[in-house]
Amino acid sequence: MNDYLVSVKNVSKTFVAKSGLGKKKFVHAVNDVSFNIRPGETFSLVGESGCGKSTTGRLINHLLVPETGEVWFDGQKISAMSEKEMRPVRKDVQMIFQDPYGALNSRMKIQDIIGEPLLIHTKMSSRERLKKVQELLEVVGLNAAHGERYPHEFSGGQLQRVGIARAMTVNPKLIIADEPVSALDVSIQAQVLNLMQELQQDYKLTYLFISHDLSVVEMISDSIGVMYLGTIVETAPKKLLYGDPAHPYTKTLLSAVPIPDPTREKKRILLKGDLPSPVNPPSGCLFHTRCPYATEKCSQERPKAVELEKDHFVKCHYPRIANG
Amino acid sequence: MSERLLDVKELRTEFKREKSWVTAVNDVSFFIDKGEVLGLVGESGCGKSVTSLSIMRLLLDTSGRTSHGEVLFEGKDLLKISEKEMRGIRGYNISMIFQNPMSSLNPCMRVEKQIIEAILLHNKISKQEARQRAFNVLKQVGIPDPETTLRSFPHQLSGGMSQRVMIAMAMSCEPELLIADEPTTALDVTIQAQILELMLEIRDKRNTGILLITHDLGVVAEMCTRVIVMYAGRIVEEAPVKELFASPVHPYTQGLIASVPKLGSNVTSLPSIPGSVPDLSVMPKGCKFAPRCKYAQEICHEKEPELTYVDGSDVQRCRCHIFHEKKQEVRA
Repeated sequence: MNDYLVSVKNVSKTFVAKSGLGKKKFVHAVNDVSFNIRPGETFSLVGESGCGKSTTGRLINHLLVPETGEVWFDGQKISAMSEKEMRPVRKDVQMIFQDPYGALNSRMKIQDIIGEPLLIHTKMSSRERLKKVQELLEVVGLNAAHGERYPHEFSGGQLQRVGIARAMTVNPKLIIADEPVSALDVSIQAQVLNLMQELQQDYKLTYLFISHDLSVVEMISDSIGVMYLGTIVETAPKKLLYGDPAHPYTKTLLSAVPIPDPTREKKRILLKGDLPSPVNPPSGCLFHTRCPYATEKCSQERPKAVELEKDHFVKCHYPRIANG
Repeated sequence: MSERLLDVKELRTEFKREKSWVTAVNDVSFFIDKGEVLGLVGESGCGKSVTSLSIMRLLLDTSGRTSHGEVLFEGKDLLKISEKEMRGIRGYNISMIFQNPMSSLNPCMRVEKQIIEAILLHNKISKQEARQRAFNVLKQVGIPDPETTLRSFPHQLSGGMSQRVMIAMAMSCEPELLIADEPTTALDVTIQAQILELMLEIRDKRNTGILLITHDLGVVAEMCTRVIVMYAGRIVEEAPVKELFASPVHPYTQGLIASVPKLGSNVTSLPSIPGSVPDLSVMPKGCKFAPRCKYAQEICHEKEPELTYVDGSDVQRCRCHIFHEKKQEVRA
């Protein structure tokens, strides 16, 4: 148990999509998701929009409570905690958001934004707080003078650094980064990713990294969970997932990423159609409606997670079928 | 062999900011041939979209103006013709697709009405014929059930479907030139793959010239024949796609290519370009990239370089004072 910082066990979450007159409809946002994160590692969740990545992130920091299943954090079962019991734990789980403009209060000075977690979680005096904030600004590559400014005076990349500094203030054990670089330009994206990795080494941070970009995920992660329609179809350490993907969806996703190398031959697998609606997900395997290898069995029976080798789990009746 | 479709010469576009004009695009010259996919890459704010809007003359009612240059399309200068004449070209000879399909379609109109409107605007045919044509183009862009789609409202379609509808609308009058401004940025990778495939298919079938504006170098590598790299409103490098990736000359292009994480490259840290893009109103005096450039010398801060051909090449152009030395360095 204590090997893992975060342990998610068979978690499901549904939302009400349509209430009032008529029959209630449910969105199956997260469906039977399990994974573990070791301290000091980066675990990534990848998938297309609407696959439940962000909802899973919010289940872990207790912004949402799962209907079934358990979430363990640092030896405590947080899925069963009340909001009041959760409060001291919140200090250990911080977040970085996608849109740095939207995530920072535009009427607050940068130093007040970064200092706010200290105000809430510690008993520091205002002078101590300011000192800590200035230290952090240096750590993320800004300088103390920036603290006096307001968010609109910064570029997107700088604001994301502020967001990271804010998450770092209370020395969290886990940082949940929800698409932290997807709103940034490539040259800035590289700066922020490098910063996140430096901080991880210096401060022994654990990341849950949520992204749709497989190239970025490959660079930053230790292990990866691929999500499709609310469930994790494949979990594996980085090398295995990119080198030997076992689920046809993982394979498709990898083949769809455009590679910045014109000499490389394209071997794209094109999927039929769009993502099914999570309001009435397909029967059997969730991917069978778009899977080129689907059989009768796939449309009837939902596959269970199989461990192919250590830490490599896949939910498919015919793992590695796409590898020929 | 190849026919010149569009020839842009020394385009300059400015925007009014309080009492002064700031230059968003300056000295931009390029051409597109028939059946060619020209990529226009750069980071946000580098003038990619402003360039395309200037070509289409869509800046008229904004604070922007195109103050200098020529846009030659089939021998005519689009910047000089009357608005009425321009209206005849827009959507008929040159079509455009935008980044966000959801907000480019009118949410209060059925897809049917929107496509038919575009067709009837340029063709003297009956409504029935126009509807038949709308049905056909939807089918061509790979919509499985055109009849239902025609009768839907945009909110009933997914992102990929709406982008297909946008493409269908753009293709309904069989334009010679398609300007695609970040056509797949709002879409998921698997849907992006479908849309890119579709655009290449259209190009092959009709020999349409495509101006593809994007920030994604992966998309560029897979789609384009030639590429223009823009930085701070200027073209900094132009090259055929293979040359651009194999031997980029401008330090900005080199940095840009290096800073993209590549699938399967197994790296844990990326070389990044320090600093950020300069603000339009406080542009550096000399080379616009000099403040971020690791090779910058005195001359770079003093004088803006010209876009000139790289030694020994008649296809690759670069805007840099010191590229000769650097090119050798890259090759070594």
